[in-house]
Amino acid sequence: MSAARRCGPPRALTGLFVWHLPKPAVRQMPCKFMHCCGVVNKRWITFQHLNFLKRMYVTQYNKDLSQQAKPKSDPVAPPFLEKKHLGQEKTVIREIRPVSPLHPPSSETLNRNEFKAVNSAAVVEDLATAVGAESKEEKQWKEMKLQLDDLPGILARLSKIKLTALVVSTASAGFAMAPVPFDLTCFLLTSIGTGLASCAANSINQFFEVPFDSNMNRTKNRPLVRGQISPLLAVSFAASCAVPGIALLTLGVNPLTGALGAFNIFLYTCCYTPMKRMSIINTWVGAVVGAIPPIMGWTAATGSLDAGALLLGGILYSWQFPHFNALSWGLREDYSRGGYCMMSVTHPAMCRRVALRHCLALIGLSTVAPILDVTTWNFPLISLPINLYISYLGFRFYRDADRSSSRKLFFCSLWHLPMLLLLMLTYNGAESLLLFF
Amino acid sequence: MAEAAAAAVRAGRRVRHVCSGTRRCFSRAGGGAGLLAAERGREPESRASSFCPPAHSCNDWIGPPDSQSNLRPIVFHIPKNESPLGRRLREFRQETQVWNQQFWASQNVSFRKGKEEFIYSRLKAKGLEMKGETGQKVTLSAEEMADFYKDFLSKNFKKHMCYNREWYKRNFTITFLMGQVAFERAWRRLGWKKTKVGN
Repeated sequence: MSAARRCGPPRALTGLFVWHLPKPAVRQMPCKFMHCCGVVNKRWITFQHLNFLKRMYVTQYNKDLSQQAKPKSDPVAPPFLEKKHLGQEKTVIREIRPVSPLHPPSSETLNRNEFKAVNSAAVVEDLATAVGAESKEEKQWKEMKLQLDDLPGILARLSKIKLTALVVSTASAGFAMAPVPFDLTCFLLTSIGTGLASCAANSINQFFEVPFDSNMNRTKNRPLVRGQISPLLAVSFAASCAVPGIALLTLGVNPLTGALGAFNIFLYTCCYTPMKRMSIINTWVGAVVGAIPPIMGWTAATGSLDAGALLLGGILYSWQFPHFNALSWGLREDYSRGGYCMMSVTHPAMCRRVALRHCLALIGLSTVAPILDVTTWNFPLISLPINLYISYLGFRFYRDADRSSSRKLFFCSLWHLPMLLLLMLTYNGAESLLLFF
Repeated sequence: MAEAAAAAVRAGRRVRHVCSGTRRCFSRAGGGAGLLAAERGREPESRASSFCPPAHSCNDWIGPPDSQSNLRPIVFHIPKNESPLGRRLREFRQETQVWNQQFWASQNVSFRKGKEEFIYSRLKAKGLEMKGETGQKVTLSAEEMADFYKDFLSKNFKKHMCYNREWYKRNFTITFLMGQVAFERAWRRLGWKKTKVGN
């Protein structure tokens, strides 16, 4: 009878706690529960009891954190995220530990009724958390209704607008480098046409890769993965970009540039994208895809495929390897799980060797530039420091083969290319700015 | 305690009671997954069965990524005047969703399992335990895991080839059917407008 009376107050209290269910309350519970239990009957609560509860709350607290950590993750390479996640878990454990010494171990051991109370508290706690988690999950369901306000943002992400901007800027650099008088109309038509072609290619790429993108951290927030746009709309958008884009290039600029644009779309969507899952040769195909835009820029200006165009293409081609190989080094787990055939997974030594080889090739190609009258001899001299620096990082990546060297090489490649193109434009053979001074 | 537990169960039951009224308006791939999975004697893997869209909604609903497959389940809306073509599209999408869910769930589960076994065998070879002093799981660096990644990729290569071919076919079919349905709807609306104008 006395045991039944003992069980009375905690049961009523737990009833109160189940009622206080909204999300923030789940976190406050450890403190509230322990405080109330302590107030009711200090002798009744044992050290083991509290330890058990503490462990339960710590586990759930951790689960809560780990659940939240996932949606917060940005498209950053997973290794960096892992560190952050572990750090958060560690700090939580340190916070909760100091509470237990408050209640010193008593001489009483857990009797059957106390154990029942603990069990039922645990069951109620689980149910409460389950219902809370379910309502939380229900809020994450979204209606698949296209909001016109969101459409520009969605289409920008679908067409990978930042990458498109980079592609257009390399095409513009190719146009500006060509040894002909600068024609503004032609330049604008080329830029718009190349931009539209790039948007189309990127949209089709995302259309093909929905389930694969869902499984990779870097790409899981893309519009088609999140269901913000239907596949039909994505394909329609791609077609409505490709047709005007190629038409603009063919009719507004010249047929050669149009043909190169169409070929590049084909190469990217029908060769590179499926090949990513079949063979490591996809990297070389992808490098050609990256090399074509500056060639297009040059042919738009001159109307012919000169050695200068091929040199520019060659520089972009070589640049792709340190850039992509370094990036892929940190994504090996996702590639392996998703079934992507990348050098970094299947042939790691080759991956690093090729990256280094092409860093050195950049020095060679920069030296060939003045020979072909693309630039003056100042260009290979002034660009030597940055070319040597990227080669040095390429060598470190080759030798060390770790995350930090791959990261350094990747981030270097991001500023190396714009700087190299800027130097090429500055020391352009035809209209060198220095000649004016 | 009993009262509290009963209250929680009643709350859960209330949600499901609302669902039963709207169940015929929405078809769930989760139900499909449950059926197919039950046939093969496996646990249903999709969470779509626990969600119920509001009755007034005329659109599909997409959920959070599944914990095993990382794919987002869709609850498809059945319109009142669904054409045979529309029904074919919806059922094909549902079937594709179930097929995708099963492939990726099994793929990810086998990856995680293989990774755990690999880490265990490597740590054992080093003479270390799975859990460190702080109670945290010991993980190997990416360099040490590289052998596992390469091995896993080559082992699953053929599986991925078959999956890729099937996925591309299904994706094209779904998009083509979507186009046909959209065209059909537009044609119907045009035809309906014409009869209105005629009257």
